Amino acid sequence: MAAKPVPREEKRPRSFYALSAFFALFVVFLYGPVVTILTLSFQGPNGGLTFPMNGVSLYWFERLWSGRGTVDIGTAFSRSLILGLVVMALTVVISVLAGLAFRKRFAGSTALFYVAIASLIVPSIVVSLGIALEFRIIDDLFRPLLSSIGLVSRRGNSLGLFTSGLGAHLSWTLPFGLLIMFAVFNRLDKSFEEAARDLGASNWQSFRFVVLPMIAPYLIGIALFGFTLSWDEIARSSQTMGSTNTLPLELAALTTTVTTPDIYALGTSVTAVSFTVIFTTLAAFIILQKRRQRRSLPD
Amino acid sequence: MSDTVEAPTRVGAPNIRRTSGVDTAAGDARKRRTSWTPAWVAYLQAAPMALVFFLFFVLPLIATLVVSFWNYTEYSIEPAFVLSNYHDVFYGCVAKFPGLCTTFATYLSTLKFVAIVWATTLLIGFTVAYFLAFHIRTLPMQIALFMVCTIPFWTSNVIRMISWIPLLGRNGLVNDLLLSLGIVDTPVEWLLYSDFAVALALVHLYTLFMVVPIFNSMMRIDRSLIEAAYDAGASGWQTLTNVIIPLVKPGILIGSIFVVTIVTGDYLTIGIMGGQQIASVGKTIQTQINFLQFPIAAANAIVLLAVVLVTIWGMLRLVDIRKEL
Repeated sequence: MAAKPVPREEKRPRSFYALSAFFALFVVFLYGPVVTILTLSFQGPNGGLTFPMNGVSLYWFERLWSGRGTVDIGTAFSRSLILGLVVMALTVVISVLAGLAFRKRFAGSTALFYVAIASLIVPSIVVSLGIALEFRIIDDLFRPLLSSIGLVSRRGNSLGLFTSGLGAHLSWTLPFGLLIMFAVFNRLDKSFEEAARDLGASNWQSFRFVVLPMIAPYLIGIALFGFTLSWDEIARSSQTMGSTNTLPLELAALTTTVTTPDIYALGTSVTAVSFTVIFTTLAAFIILQKRRQRRSLPD
Repeated sequence: MSDTVEAPTRVGAPNIRRTSGVDTAAGDARKRRTSWTPAWVAYLQAAPMALVFFLFFVLPLIATLVVSFWNYTEYSIEPAFVLSNYHDVFYGCVAKFPGLCTTFATYLSTLKFVAIVWATTLLIGFTVAYFLAFHIRTLPMQIALFMVCTIPFWTSNVIRMISWIPLLGRNGLVNDLLLSLGIVDTPVEWLLYSDFAVALALVHLYTLFMVVPIFNSMMRIDRSLIEAAYDAGASGWQTLTNVIIPLVKPGILIGSIFVVTIVTGDYLTIGIMGGQQIASVGKTIQTQINFLQFPIAAANAIVLLAVVLVTIWGMLRLVDIRKEL
C-alpha cells in the first residue's frame, strides 16, 4: 500500500493497480460461487450436482415449482414472502418512530440504545432459544386460564409465524433500522424544520411535508434491510417458528438430504427474489434522489 | 446518497459526523431544538421499539437465565433452583485438567475459527476499504463499487454456503483443475466438509462486516491530514501505519466485534460446511434443544452469552470506542 493520489496528480500510483487487482479478485470471490450454482440450476434432466453441464434446461425449475420434486416449497415460499413484507413494514414504522424519539431527550434512551446494539450482537441461537422458552413458559402459565374462559384451546402452543417468529425477526431487523435512522437524522439539516416552524407549520405538518420527504429515500433503505434480513433469516427462526417452516429453514434442511440440482433451482429462485427486491429498491432510491435534486436545484 | 449528505465526507470535516448516534442526538437537542412536541410524545414514539425489544430480547434472555437453573428428567421440565445444568456443562473440566473437557474443547475449536476468520476478514476488509476510500476518486464510483460489495450481504447465507459445493466437492471444479494440471493424482478431500471449508465460508460471508465500518471510518478522515503527512516527508507506508490505521481504529473495532461475535455463536456455517462433523457451541445448544433438554441448553446459552460479553468487554478495553468516535 502506498501513496494516496494527490488530486492534482493525473498518473495513478503503482499501488493503484495492485489494489485494483486485489479488489477484482475479491469481487470474483464474492460472486463466483453464486454464479456457479445459478449456472448449475439450469442443468439438463440428467445433470448432477457438479459440472460438467449435462445440457441446458429449465427441468429442475419446473420440477421444483410443480411440486413434483423432492421438495414442496410453495407454502414455505409464500409464508416467507408474507412474513418478510410484514417485517419490512413494521421495521420502517417502528424505526422511524424511535428515530424521532431519539432526537429528543427521554429517560431510558441510553438503555434502549444499548439494548438495540445488544440485540444485534448476542448470538442468534441464544435469542432464538430464549424466545422459545419464553413462549413455552407463557403457555404453561396462561393457557389453562385462557382456555377455561374459552379463548384458546387447551392444548397447543403459541409459537408461530406471526407471534414468536415475527418478534424474532424484528429483534434482528430493528437494530439495523435504528442505526440507519441515527445516520439519517444526524445528517439532517435542522434549519428546514426551524424554517417550517417559523412559517407556522404544526408539528405534524413539519414532519409530513418537510422531514418525511427528506428522509424518504433512506426509509427505502430500511425497508430493504427489513425485507432481506427477514427473507434470509435462519438462526433466530430456527426455534421460533413453531410447527411451520420458513424458506431458509427448508433450504438448510435440504442441504443434508438432497442430491439433485433441485436445491440449486431453489437457491436460484430465492436469489432471484432477493435480487429483484434489491434492484427495485436501489432504483427507487436513485429515482427519489434524482427527483429531489431536480426539485431542490434552482434554475 | 445525495450530494448534500456526502459533502462533509468528501471534505472530511472531522467534527460534523464524528458521532455515535445517541450522544450527538442528545447533545444537539440541547443546543438546537428540532421538536416542539410535548415531552411525553418521545415516550410514545420510543414505545413500540422498546416493547419489541422487551418482549423478544430482554424477556427471552431472562427466561433463558431462569430455565438454566431448572431441573429436567427424561419426561419433564420442572421449575427449581439447581446448579446441576452448569455442573453438566463443565463436567470433567476440573477433573481432567490439564486435559480438555468437551466444553473447553468445543470453545477451543471455535476460538481457532474466530482467530483465522478475524485475521483474514480484517486483512481483506481493510485492503478493500482502503482501495475504495483512497484510490477511487469520484463519489458515484465509490458508491457503485461499495454496492457491488454489499449486494451479497442481502442474499441468503445458506445459498452462499452451498454454492461452494460444486467448486470444492470431490468432483468439483477445483479438484478437476488440480487433476488436469497434474498437481494431484487423486481428488483432494479436505476442500469440502472440513475446517478449511468452514473458515472459507465464514470469510466469504462476513468480510463485509469489516469492509463497511472500516470504509466508514476512512471516509471520515480529513484528507488534509494525509497530505500533511506526505508534505512532512512520510512515505506511503508510514502514512498508513502512523496516520490512517490509528484513525480507523474504531471502524476496525466495530468490524471485529461483529465478526468475532458472529463466529463465536455460529452453528449453521460450521454445520453445513463442516458436514455436521465439527463441534460448535451453537450446535451443541441446538442438539440439546432437539432432545428437549431445555435447561442444559439454556445453561450452555448463558455460558456462551457470558463468553461473548466478556470478549466484547475485552475488545472495548483495548480501544476506548467513545473516545475514538
